[in-house]
Amino acid sequence: MSDNAENVKAPKESLFSKKNKKLITEPLGDNNPITIQVLGICSALAITVQVEQAFWMSVSVIFVMIFGNLIISLLRNLIPSRVRIIVQLVVVASLVIIVNELLQAFVPDVSEKLSVFVGLIITNCIIMGRFEAFAMSNKPFPSILDAIGNALGYAWILIVVALAREVFGSGKIWGFEIFGSNIPDEETGQMTGLYELGYMNNNMMILPPMALIVVGIIIWVQRSKNKELVEEH
Amino acid sequence: MAINKDSNGYTFGFSIVLVIVVGVVLSSLAIGLKPRIKANEAVKKKMDILAAIGVESSRKNGEKLYAEYVTDSYVISAEGEVVENLPEEKTAIKLDIQNQFRDKKIAKQDRLYPVFEAELDGNKVFVLPVVGKGLWGPIWGYLALADDYQTIVGASFDHKGETPGLGAEIKQSFFEKQFKNEKISKGGEFVEIQVVQNGTGTEDQKVDGITGGTITSKGVEEMVNRTMKVYQKYFSKK
Repeated sequence: MSDNAENVKAPKESLFSKKNKKLITEPLGDNNPITIQVLGICSALAITVQVEQAFWMSVSVIFVMIFGNLIISLLRNLIPSRVRIIVQLVVVASLVIIVNELLQAFVPDVSEKLSVFVGLIITNCIIMGRFEAFAMSNKPFPSILDAIGNALGYAWILIVVALAREVFGSGKIWGFEIFGSNIPDEETGQMTGLYELGYMNNNMMILPPMALIVVGIIIWVQRSKNKELVEEH
Repeated sequence: MAINKDSNGYTFGFSIVLVIVVGVVLSSLAIGLKPRIKANEAVKKKMDILAAIGVESSRKNGEKLYAEYVTDSYVISAEGEVVENLPEEKTAIKLDIQNQFRDKKIAKQDRLYPVFEAELDGNKVFVLPVVGKGLWGPIWGYLALADDYQTIVGASFDHKGETPGLGAEIKQSFFEKQFKNEKISKGGEFVEIQVVQNGTGTEDQKVDGITGGTITSKGVEEMVNRTMKVYQKYFSKK
């Protein structure tokens, strides 16, 4: 590299400049991958019946996202442009296999619950989207921040939806009964807690359509709070 | 000299290096974690056997409960004879019957069939593993047979990757419970269990299939009947 090129280089940014902070905060709110960009909906519908599953799915996506963005960003000047999508795919697929192996080895129960969905992380558009839109043209550190931001933006929606569905669908949070037990006691035939008073779980919440409706409600709340997000047609 | 990143040579070179790196990383990880994953699978197998006789267990106490309930295990041949002196990897608990089912090189009459004898509330129960094909991949399970050698007292099924909400429902208790009290033989003759679609599952020898999961349900029917036919040969000699 010549001296000239060094001289025109932009002044060094601080690690947590305003621009870098925005990379994390924007995807959490006004540029959320699920509610604004409407990406990654497939898993948001499939994996949100229980909070536990949603949590582990989020952890897996955060892992794949951060390392994926980092690797792609480090390789960005080496990747031949004609095969860049294939390279991105190889990176996601390998990371997903690593996650799957680690889950199988260290948390086998979770691995069983997520079963096929871990493999589906590969098809999560958020990941490929960030590789192509951000990591391919940015330095490693901002890429990591971007990955954290987007993965967390995905994660909080997933967990909120799962929370709503598990509480109203099964009366539980993380598998713990919060409204009492709706299975009649073997001896007395009595249900406990709210169920004794006639409360019933809403089975509709467990079905996939309600996930879409819950996501819809989040989108509605978000857009009514910030009118700038409403598209003009 | 600047490298032309758009040249064919560079593109091929990059791809080859990438594939080699990824291959090495993934295969070394797989080899490194294999013992752990195998150990997890072994415990899971014991938990499944316990589930078939209605004993709930966790990964923590699976080994202990297995030792408590399961009193004996052995392997029988396709002709229904007990096979003695098997190598370590072919003992009842170690035998990989899924692999045996998949491997085309192993002839049907050479397949081995494990039997686990358990004791539940003072009664002897036989736990018999079954394997078969679902829609997307393998399905498997365990049937528990009472000591009259014909009545099923429990069943647990599992699958690799059947469709959630449809075929995957075979592992739910509402489906598994239906096998209770069905018989695998009448008057010493083997009888089939049918998985039906017309809602007559409460009748004898019939089990209601799963809506939208017909191929998986039929897979369960096929695997149960094919395997029970072999075990019946063994039990009819008792």
